[in-house]
Amino acid sequence: MAMALPLAYASSVVNPFEAGRLSFSTKATKHKKHMYQFRKVTKVLAYYGLTNPPYKLDALEPYMSRRTLELHWGNIHRGYVDSLNKQFANRPLYGCTMEELMKTTFNNGNPLPEYNNAAEVWNHDFFWESMQPNGGRLPWGGVLDQIEKDFGSFSKFRDEFVHSAMMLFGSGWVWLVLKTNERRLSIVRTSNAVCPLVWGDIPVISLDMWEHAYYLDYKDDVSKYVDNFMDHLVSWHSATARMVRAEAFVNLGEPKIPVA
Amino acid sequence: MALRALLTKRAPTLASGLGPFASAGGSGTGWQGLCHARGLKVAALPDLEYDYGALAPAISGEIMRLHHQKHHKAYVSNYNDALEKLDAAMAKGDVAAVVRLQSAIKFNGGGHINHTIFWKNLKPVNEGGGEPPHATLGWAIDTDFGSLEALVQKMNAEGAALQGSGWVWLALDKERKKLLVETTANQDPLVTKGANLVPLLGIDVWEHAYYLQYKNVKPDYLKNIWKVMNWKYASEVYDSEAA
Repeated sequence: MAMALPLAYASSVVNPFEAGRLSFSTKATKHKKHMYQFRKVTKVLAYYGLTNPPYKLDALEPYMSRRTLELHWGNIHRGYVDSLNKQFANRPLYGCTMEELMKTTFNNGNPLPEYNNAAEVWNHDFFWESMQPNGGRLPWGGVLDQIEKDFGSFSKFRDEFVHSAMMLFGSGWVWLVLKTNERRLSIVRTSNAVCPLVWGDIPVISLDMWEHAYYLDYKDDVSKYVDNFMDHLVSWHSATARMVRAEAFVNLGEPKIPVA
Repeated sequence: MALRALLTKRAPTLASGLGPFASAGGSGTGWQGLCHARGLKVAALPDLEYDYGALAPAISGEIMRLHHQKHHKAYVSNYNDALEKLDAAMAKGDVAAVVRLQSAIKFNGGGHINHTIFWKNLKPVNEGGGEPPHATLGWAIDTDFGSLEALVQKMNAEGAALQGSGWVWLALDKERKKLLVETTANQDPLVTKGANLVPLLGIDVWEHAYYLQYKNVKPDYLKNIWKVMNWKYASEVYDSEAA
């Protein structure tokens, strides 16, 4: 699962004449402007970049238009990344992956100011990867087995997912998560930027229910958006990969060791 | 406009059994007759006092039409549905059902309240929209915020900073006789922030209120909506409540 990788910035412009006095400080950048050592110190300790969706912006047509992706990814997602980096100018949280950053800033329910931006960056990265061109239809193998085990049948799961999305009041996300304690798949609805990762569950699929995600394409017809997501966009490939990874953390009952 | 005739607030009669909204949406066709018999007062979609396109270019006609005919109407019909179910649950004494319906009533009822105020807050430019407040409200604004510009800036800042969906309000605290700027989340009406608060002006910062026109640039929407703000309505409410 691709995540926005942090680049710890230890920029130091080395003047060969000063090589003798060089110190590997990750905090200072020496810019020697002229002979009288005009030193400008820049501190960049953490920086997050905007990752690209794993497909071209028009690849999800006609279910999600290129224009929507241009705005959603290019402006809104990028805006969150920029805001996050700006916040880091004041208070860097060094050395975290995006997941760790989100959990740290969530601060057990008392979120720090960086939380919203960090969470939205992570959520959108996850969302782009939850979709693919020619997606939808049915999962297979282990994912399908687990869904049938936890929901009864795929269509029951689908109905519950759609219902949960329609019952969301306001902005938020709908998730298929693997609950670590209950060791089963479950559908979770969160508000604004909250992600189930902060309380220890492992997300498998997400759907952005903020209005900016569908308004240009569907206006107020939310159910068509959700139906199209389930039928044509959702990436069960990603879901399978994520489940495989999740099973390293949650024992779903395998292997079945026979009792002698 | 012909559209207005479709949306006038005409109480449906028992005999006809079909209200003006029966064709649109399907759910809740039974409530009219039933509720009339029980005396349950249902909500109705209020008329706009101006055409959909009259607020352009501050707010486009397409947004106004969708906002009124789809979103507000959905709040009205979902509220009426929930109200009927609540009535049935109360009559049966089904406490679990009563509690379960609270969120739907708060959301849809709040949406109806908020949008009803919102339509009255807006006025086309050629009918006085955007004209700054005078007299009592004007003085109160100067006293409590310093100047009208300061108030506008504060409301825009709060609106831009609001995460997710919600509303920004210019509120009057009836008890303390002070004006304040408040925000509410989702469709919570202003009274959820204080029982003494009276809404004078509200700005809808849900994305459906501006996305088609302003895309994600919410600050532009907030800057432009003041051009069609109906300060006269705010003044009237202020005068009646702060008296």
